[in-house]
Amino acid sequence: MSTNLEQASTADADLSARELDAMCVNESELKHPWWYNFKYTVWGILFGIVFVKAEIISWFRIQEMFRFESFHMYGVIGTAVFVGLISVQLIQRLKLRTVHGETIHIPKKEFNKGNLDGGLIFGLGRAITGACPGPLFAQVGAGFSVVIVTFLSAVAGTYVYGRFRDKLPH
Amino acid sequence: MLETLKQPWPWYVAGALIGLTVPYLLLVGNKTFGISSSLRHLCAACMPGDITFFKYDWKKEAWNLFFVGGIAIGAFIGAQFLSNPDPIILAESTQAYLATKGITDTTQLLPSEIFSWDQLFTVRGLIFIVLGGFMVGFGTRWAGGCTSGHAIMGLSSLQWPSLVATIMFMVGGIVMTWFILPYLLTL
Repeated sequence: MSTNLEQASTADADLSARELDAMCVNESELKHPWWYNFKYTVWGILFGIVFVKAEIISWFRIQEMFRFESFHMYGVIGTAVFVGLISVQLIQRLKLRTVHGETIHIPKKEFNKGNLDGGLIFGLGRAITGACPGPLFAQVGAGFSVVIVTFLSAVAGTYVYGRFRDKLPH
Repeated sequence: MLETLKQPWPWYVAGALIGLTVPYLLLVGNKTFGISSSLRHLCAACMPGDITFFKYDWKKEAWNLFFVGGIAIGAFIGAQFLSNPDPIILAESTQAYLATKGITDTTQLLPSEIFSWDQLFTVRGLIFIVLGGFMVGFGTRWAGGCTSGHAIMGLSSLQWPSLVATIMFMVGGIVMTWFILPYLLTL
């Protein structure tokens, strides 16, 4: 019994560690064979095709967006939020469960100063690179090999953040 | 059919498919949508060192790495087999402005005048390719998410801190585009 409790508290601590400074988290308590993860690869492939075909990974489209000279990116993000919002509402109101029967859980995030400072730095960087983390993967996949450097730089940025997290305001 | 797919896809098709990622991930595996954390999982998997922030069971989040791997594969497919042969159609004002800065090659999704290996070790290349990437990785983690995490997942689940972060993304982007890039582009 006590080992069960210990296991549960370690699992909780690990979930909190994974939820720290993150929106996307595995909230499932189930364990599956590793190849179950291919269902995320399949959706990722569709996602990557959309990224290229709607030119979302284009540096030019990001310039247009921040210069307010095209509706395209606002249309993409606006539609995505609209569809996401309706979906989340339906899932919550109909109390839908996952395909494995689990209750769906979306953690509520608290505000912290990083939302401001980090958000500003990301915004500045996004206008330079014309990319968010997702499009970086897609640009590399689409054959822009020099973006591997941008990508490694982004990993380095994340690493430096982790290293100095305690010293930054939150 | 193939000819239609090769044309640029309209915003509402792209937006709907991206939005559907939210319920897909929730329904198939109780996962909340986001991408930038994949960079953190790479750190946790490859070089956690003695850093608390990278000490967690990253295998629990391996799904996110499978997802971003899919994005790279999908982009490869899109670029190889469904590629649009024509130059990107930009707003005329954007195109005219960029031309004044010497950016005229719109044949690809990224301007070859900036994003190429022979530009990497110029001052401009280092800023756009190296420093820019660093800011994206550092900023998204400090902000606790990127466009997918905050602007799509966060706003979809009505979380106001995500709205704050999204507004800050826009503020940063606008400041850079209007006040700093005009200078950086001429370096």
